[in-house]
This record gives sequence, C-alpha cells and structure tokens, in this order.
Amino acid sequence: MRLILAILLVVNFAISAVAEEHPDYGPEIPSATGEPHPQGNEFMRKFHMDLLSHDRDLTMYEGIRDTDASLKSCFDCHAVTDQATGNPVTYEDERNFCRVCHDYAAVRVDCFMCHRSTPEGFNEPALLKSRLLGPDDGLDDALFTELAAFVANLE
Amino acid sequence: MERTIYREIKATQGVWTLGIILLGLVGLAGLSVLYVEHYGHAVTGMNNQIVWGLPHVFAIFLIVAASGALNVASMASVFNNKAYKPLSRLSGILAISLLVGGLLVLVLDLGRPDRLLIAMTTFNFTSIFTWNVLLYTGFIGVVALYLWVQMDRSVHPKFTKPAGILAFVWRLVLTTGTGSIFGWLVARPGYDAAVMAPLFISMSFALGLAVFILVLMALFAMDGRELGEAILKRMTNLLAIFIAVVLYFTAVQHLTNLYAAEHAGIERFILSQGGIYTTLFWGVQIVIGALLPMALIFGGTPGSVSARAGLASVLVIIGGFAQLYVIVVGGQAYPLDTFPGYEVTSSFFDGEIASYTPSVYELALGVGGVAVALIATGLATKVLRILPTNLADKNLEG
Amino acid sequence: MQDERPLDPSRRNFFKSGAAAVTLTLAPGVTVMAFGGTAASAQGADAGKRWGLLIDVNKCSKDCEACVTACKDENGWEGKGKAEQNAQWIRKVTLKDKSTGRESSLPVMCQHCEQPPCVDVCPTGASFKRKDGIVLVDKHICIGCRYCMMACPFKARSFVHEPVNNQKTFAPRGKGTVESCTLCVHRIDAGRIPACVEACDATGNGAMTFGDLNDPESEISKALTAYPSVALRDDLDLNPGVRYANL
Repeated sequence: MRLILAILLVVNFAISAVAEEHPDYGPEIPSATGEPHPQGNEFMRKFHMDLLSHDRDLTMYEGIRDTDASLKSCFDCHAVTDQATGNPVTYEDERNFCRVCHDYAAVRVDCFMCHRSTPEGFNEPALLKSRLLGPDDGLDDALFTELAAFVANLE
Repeated sequence: MERTIYREIKATQGVWTLGIILLGLVGLAGLSVLYVEHYGHAVTGMNNQIVWGLPHVFAIFLIVAASGALNVASMASVFNNKAYKPLSRLSGILAISLLVGGLLVLVLDLGRPDRLLIAMTTFNFTSIFTWNVLLYTGFIGVVALYLWVQMDRSVHPKFTKPAGILAFVWRLVLTTGTGSIFGWLVARPGYDAAVMAPLFISMSFALGLAVFILVLMALFAMDGRELGEAILKRMTNLLAIFIAVVLYFTAVQHLTNLYAAEHAGIERFILSQGGIYTTLFWGVQIVIGALLPMALIFGGTPGSVSARAGLASVLVIIGGFAQLYVIVVGGQAYPLDTFPGYEVTSSFFDGEIASYTPSVYELALGVGGVAVALIATGLATKVLRILPTNLADKNLEG
Repeated sequence: MQDERPLDPSRRNFFKSGAAAVTLTLAPGVTVMAFGGTAASAQGADAGKRWGLLIDVNKCSKDCEACVTACKDENGWEGKGKAEQNAQWIRKVTLKDKSTGRESSLPVMCQHCEQPPCVDVCPTGASFKRKDGIVLVDKHICIGCRYCMMACPFKARSFVHEPVNNQKTFAPRGKGTVESCTLCVHRIDAGRIPACVEACDATGNGAMTFGDLNDPESEISKALTAYPSVALRDDLDLNPGVRYANL
C-alpha cells in the first residue's frame, strides 16, 4: 500500500514538474477579478470542492448563509465574459471557468444540473438542445432526433 | 426411476435466435434509458400526478415474481415435496434473475440513476425503500448460498433444509417489504392498507409459479428434454390454489374498503367508474387472469396438459400485470382526498382523475428488464448444471 | 496527505460558530480563514423556533393569484412544458362545499409537517426537516425515486421533468430531482418573510400570517389562540406548520 502511495506521489510530482516546465501543456486558465485567495491558487485548485461541499451543508442544514465558499461567490470573480456579447458564458460554453480545467482533466461537473453557472442577475439563455445533459454527456442530439422520428412513425 | 442428473443446455439454433432477440430488446431498453435521461422524464407519460408508471409496474411484477419463483425450491426443501427437488436449482436461478431484471428497471427509471451509489450507501432507516434495498441485495446473497449448498457436492445435504428455510423466510419478508411500499402510504386512499403485504405475497406465489412453468417448458422444449405431464399437473394444480388465494386477498382488500364510507370513492372508481382501470380489474385481472386459468386447470379440456399449463400461465401473467397496473397507476389516478366533503378544483389537477398514457420508452425499458431476466436465466442454464435431464412421469418421485 | 484535507462536516459548528474571524491551521503552511458576518445571520436555523403559516380562508380572494406569482418569481419554477409535468410549489385551490354549495379559495403548498411522511419514506435521507421545522430536499443526494411524492397527502411536491438552467442562486433546482415549497428559507435566514406572505400583504387581503409557532407572543400564535383553525388532513396527526382559519 505504502509502495503504491509512494509511486503515485512520485508520478504526481513528475507530472506537476513537467506541467511547470511546459505551461502550454495544461489548460489555459481564465484570469479572475478581485482579490486572490489567501490560501493560494494551488490550495484552491486542490480543495475547492471540499470547501464548497462543506459550506453548502452549512447553508442547507444549518441555514448559515454568509459562508466563504459558494458557487455564487466563485462566479463573482471567475465569470468569463464573451467578448462579442459582453455577457458571461454559461457552463454550456467551453470557455466557462469551471470547464476549462474540468474538460482538460475529464472530470464531469454535476453542480450545474441544478445550479446556475453565471453570476446572479444575468439572464441565462435557453439551453441548447444538444447540451441537455451537460456538454460532456457524449450524447448526440441527431441520434435522438432520428429515434424520436422513428418512434413517431410507429405511433 | 433414474437418478436425477443435471446438465447444461445445448447451444441449439433456437437458443441462439432467442438470445439474439432478447439482446436486441435489451439494446432498445438501453436506448430508451439514454433518451429519457437526456431529455428528462418530460418525454415519458409520467407526470406530477402519476409519478410512478409503466416501468414501476414491470419492476414490481419482476420483483414479486422473483420471490415467487423461489417457491418451487421451497416446496422441495422446506415442505419435503420430493417431486419438486429436481427443479430447485432452476427455481433459485430464476428467482435471482427476475429480481435483477426488476431492480434494473427500477434503478434506470430514477430521476438520477447516476446516483445509484448514493442509494446504496446513504440510508434512512425509517424508509421501507431503504429496507428493501437491503432485503433485495440480501435475497440475492441468500439464494446464492442456497444454490451453492444444493450444487456443491462437498456440502452435506443436511444443510439444504436450513438454507431453504432461510431463503423461504427471507422471501416472505421481502414481499412484505414490497407490499408495504404501498401498504404504508397513509396519504392515498387506494393504498394505506395492511392487506397489501399478504396480497403481494399471494400474488408472488401465483406470478412466480406461472413464470417458472413457462420458463421450464421453454427450456425443456428448446433442449429436447422430456417434461412429463405429472409434474406439470402438480404445478398447475398448485397454481390454481395460488390464484384462489390472490382472489381471496383481493376480495378482502376491496370489501374492507367498501365498508368504510370514506373509501367508497376509490372503490367506486376502481370497481365501476374507472374506465380503463375498471376494465383491467374485472375483464383482465379477474376474468382473464383468474377465472379463465382456473377453468383451464380444473376443467381438463381442451388440448393437452402442457398446452393448458402454458396457456394458464400466460393468462395468470397477463392478469398479474393488469392487477399491478390497477394498483400502481389506478391508485394514483384517483385524486387525493385532502379536503373531505368538498368539490376541489385547481390549476394543479386537484380533485381530477389523473390521466396517464405510457410512452414507448417506458414500455421498452420494462420489456428490457424482462429480457435481462430471461437472458440471465438462459445463460445460467447454459453454463451451469441447473436443469435435470429427464422429468418424464416415470422419473417423478413422491 | 490526510492532514491536508481542509475540512470535514463534523467541524462544521466550530468552523462557523461565531461572528469573529476564525483561523484554522490545518497543516504546516496551510491556513484556512473563515470570516463571520453579523451575529444574527451567522446563527442560521434556530432549533427553538418552529416556523409556520396561518391562512385565513375568508380573506383569500378567489381570483387572486398573487402568492403563486410571487413564489414563481422568487424561486424561478415557472414551467414551460406540459401542464401535468410542470412544477407547482404553491397552487390556488377552489373548494365547493358538497352539501351547502358555498365556495372558498385557498393556497396549498408544502405544509411543513412536524411528522413529515416525505421524510419518513425517503430512502437516502434527501428529504429532511430543518431544526426550525422547515421541510426541504437535499438535491445533492436526491435520486429522483419520487416516493416522497407518493407519500405526501397534500400533493405538495413536484418532480423536475426537464433540464433547467437560469435558476435563482438561492433556489437551485434541476432535472431528475424532487422539489417543493421551501417556506422561502433563504429569506427566513435573512430575517425576512416568505414571498407569498409579502405578496398577499401587498394586495391588501392580508390572508397569510407568517411567524414562530413556538413563540407565544408572535402574531401567528396569538391569532391561533384567539380564533379556530384547522390543519389539512388532521386525521393523519402530522401536525403541519401551515394552518387554515375559517375553512
């Protein structure tokens, strides 16, 4: 067990070393507004979900609403604006702050099935049909359109 | 009198064809699940009035039939009825397969099937659903143990009976749990009755045996093995008794409700003015699913014993589906009685009979569950020594 | 590696208990800071309170939908699909007495029972009652089985049948999970009254009273002692937090 951990640790370091030497290998993280996190970016990259899960339980079960970590406060600084429209981009857009790294790491984000993915107050446009399950659900709308047409024929 | 020998079935062309058809049905079910999960339950016929629909009818049918399919084994090892002994293995395999098929349908119809892990790890012990999660998974384990005790020659036969008793008790508790999903719902006039648990147990006896008879006949026919009339007669006679028990509990359910003035509304709905539900109740559940098969079994004409056994089993299964449809969907279609003594109207269908038209996706999912159960059973008989080679009359014991 | 994990829920109270800034040193070089807000808002749900509503049916006007509209706007659940599949956190119900023909109208929403059947039947515990009596759904662990909808005697819960976006920050909702009236818990936590009550007051009908049922001095408690009121389906003994007068 320890051996495996040690190996993983070495691999991990090796990867981060490579990533540091070749910054262009990694995702291009959009710059944020506001004060930097006092804990540092490395900490946030690693633990943002722990912070969010912890504080969401505080809010939901205890009714404590002035927590530090919330999706709302993420988007206060981390909204990515579309230069053409001047609007923040939703999770459907691959430039969305969360997606940049999550697409790169191939880790699916479940948050935006229920939460909005833009700052409060912005009126998010209607969902694109092909992105209903999230952009990474790998399902093609065309397949389903055909399926639905086939079924409609049957009925 | 030959010794009972268990052998794998041969991979005949018929087996292959059936397997491919069933796999195709599973594929269609898979597509339907993806479709529904992609667009949400908006594409199904289910809504905020009828929250459980056709998938739940299929799932409950399979789960109830699963516990009933085990009865054949129980007849042998719990009630010492030796004639059923050669069928015990198939009984156990079929029980597990049907349960897996049913659970699959249930799970794939969840709003968030991706959170199955949460359902398996986060428990709320005041919920009968939670207990059912444990009872269902436990059932698979207990029946697997029971099969192992029967099939491993290094295990002394004296363990068969205790294992059989454990499995029998477990299945009774399991069906009680399934019936209590409805029986413990105080909110709805169609449910909220202790009789739901014994009613479901009686249904499991009848439906499980009917499915077992059909599967047994199909497997023997495909493999060219001899299935005597004597064993079929025994099973259909038992089936007729089980049908009578279902009728008895159904009568108790409705008579109890009829006696209470507050439940007169739901009874009038189901028994006389419910349209499709009334037709399903009297026409399909009672006449086609109970009276007709009893007449076939006891009447003795027309056709051969095996033809009548097959037909009676098919009818019992159709009747069982109708009964579950009336309980699950009909019970929800009748409006909640939140304001006794008032006529209620609202923008949210209060006081109205809810409408439900199942979509083809729900049907495909349900049929897929049945197909999975049949594939699993077939596969098990193909790779394991489940089926006895000879069930001719002269080979029947006891 | 272990010590690096910044937080676990058991530290929840410690972490956010006071108004002052709390600094936690978790591992050498790793510090987490949490800043409290005002004492009142940091307190959150109060176990000593039991929030409730009193609805005076006589004052509720038949054609008025103000509470429903306000709730839709506040929580963003306006449905665009089929009527049978759309969510309905609060609805106006019209009653006609079968024997006398007298008509009345009243809003029905989650009754925030003391013994909620939806909480009893939920297999994962997603359906829960907050310590101040508000019944909520934890959508992070809701699997969408809809058993709570089967169990609710008031038809108060809705299943989200279609994909959703553009939610309100404080009212997340999404496809495949169940939802219902939250008694505007986000407003209560901020010391405000639910949107429906506010809207009802604004129409001048004043049919809805919100307050703490445990506080004998609250307006709602005084009204409940002074006038007769009923709970819906009181035969079930669920002790709902929502009461109706003049029904």
